Amino acid sequence: MNRTMYDLIGLAAGVCFILALKGLSHPKTARRGNLIGALGATVATLVLFVYNAPLNNLGWILGALAVGLIIGVPAARKVQMTQMPQLVALFNGVGGGAAALVAIVEYLNLGAEATTAEVIFTVFTVVVGCISFSGSIITFMKLQELMTTRPVVFPGGRFVIAATLAAVLGASGWVVVELGTTPLLVLAVLSLLFGILFVLPVGGADVPIVISLLNAFTGLTVAASGYVLDSTLLIIAGTLVGASGTILTRLMADAMGRSLFGTLFGAFTAKPQDVAAAGEERPVRSGSPDDVAILLNYARRVVIVPGFGLAVAQAQHTVRELADLMISKGIDVAYGIHPVAGRMPGHMNVLLAEANVPYDQLAEMDEVNPTFGQTDVAIVIGANDVVNPAAQTSPGCPIYGMPILEVSNAANVIFLKRSMRPGFAGIENELLYDPKTMLLFGDAKASLTKVVSALKSL
Amino acid sequence: MDAMAIVSIFVLAVFVGFEVVSKVSSTLHTPLMSGANAIHGVILVGAIIVADHSETNLELGLSLAAIVLATINMVGGFVVTDRMLEMFKGKKKGADK
Repeated sequence: MNRTMYDLIGLAAGVCFILALKGLSHPKTARRGNLIGALGATVATLVLFVYNAPLNNLGWILGALAVGLIIGVPAARKVQMTQMPQLVALFNGVGGGAAALVAIVEYLNLGAEATTAEVIFTVFTVVVGCISFSGSIITFMKLQELMTTRPVVFPGGRFVIAATLAAVLGASGWVVVELGTTPLLVLAVLSLLFGILFVLPVGGADVPIVISLLNAFTGLTVAASGYVLDSTLLIIAGTLVGASGTILTRLMADAMGRSLFGTLFGAFTAKPQDVAAAGEERPVRSGSPDDVAILLNYARRVVIVPGFGLAVAQAQHTVRELADLMISKGIDVAYGIHPVAGRMPGHMNVLLAEANVPYDQLAEMDEVNPTFGQTDVAIVIGANDVVNPAAQTSPGCPIYGMPILEVSNAANVIFLKRSMRPGFAGIENELLYDPKTMLLFGDAKASLTKVVSALKSL
Repeated sequence: MDAMAIVSIFVLAVFVGFEVVSKVSSTLHTPLMSGANAIHGVILVGAIIVADHSETNLELGLSLAAIVLATINMVGGFVVTDRMLEMFKGKKKGADK
């Protein structure tokens, strides 16, 4: 195979990636788009084996590919819908790590022959790849709840982070001047550290935005390594992901009503929360499934607000059963979907689609908010932050400014909760203590099943 | 490669990237992010190239690690995106029931 043929196939793969992103932007073509992307990536990989045949170290390369497949495919197949976001974070992180490793190897290989431009791109790839790697690991740990989901802020934090950034820049300069292995190693370690410090202060609810941003970062590193390796395909693919990832990050931030800047640096300026008040025991009104069923039976309009708890309990089928039952009783039912309910934008849509909930029952936030005034009952299932009035009333709390579903305007509010534990962002919800609120404690699926049977017998 | 050609490719790809995702409903944000994430797994190509011309054991070891990570990123990414999107279809099945 000659170089022209090889380049043409690379170009075709690049076109596949453009079509993939285009396809993924529309519900009807999304799945096909993803498959086109997979096809492009597969072809781009296979053609290497033909063009460079026989590859040196072929056995090792095939072995490493097999290991990657054995780890990656089962992880992706077996993961629960609830854990999808952290898996995406993890995949993004390893991609960033791979890009950094590629740059390091190429740097070692080129040695003193490297041009200044190549060294600069190598430095860029190592820095951003390492940040993406360690940052993604931290987001993974936050989402998996292996560590606190609250913003981690320590005294002088912003000086530490600024000093680390300065050290990263200094080490970058050192690598460009010295061209040694030691400076590169120092640079990699500092960048890993910076990635950790960069993500630690980000609050739980903002984590999806950070994943998207790190995703765009990884894209750019791939583009930069494409320059060093003289591969047009890597430049195209990496730049596409970098650009679309940046736009996507902004779209997500807009959906949550936050500025990107505020998300990333808000934790530095936020005052520590008033935790003292939250410790007090305050009375709440808790009800039985029968109480809930009676309330629903005499309602004319009910809005269901699903959250992460619904996903954890795998209660999507049960909630649909309840909705169908209410509809058969002539009750007007809608689902109020907050764009970032769950752990990722669109999480609830995916979950309810799995239970075949008709699309026209899903109402977006802007649609459903004005209707809460005429709503008799709002059932909040395993959601907390997205209905927390503190986002509108208490400046300084981590979710202040995030648009919420205004369930407090409904005549009655029912919370299905496991416990009084606050939501992912770790903020107390005043609505729980409101006199018109009724709490039904327990696993969402078990509770819903009881409500369904109680409602049937009425 | 000619520097100017690279800059041109880069700039044009930026615009294409902006353009293709500028109008997307929030429903698709997650799958789109996941799909884009899988696409940058194509760094696998780079990892194989450096493994091919690795000269020392250190270089080979690092590039093999890169291959493992990149494969996880690419293959896992496409599979998980497909699983997410699988949930979106099947609306017709629901209507039939």
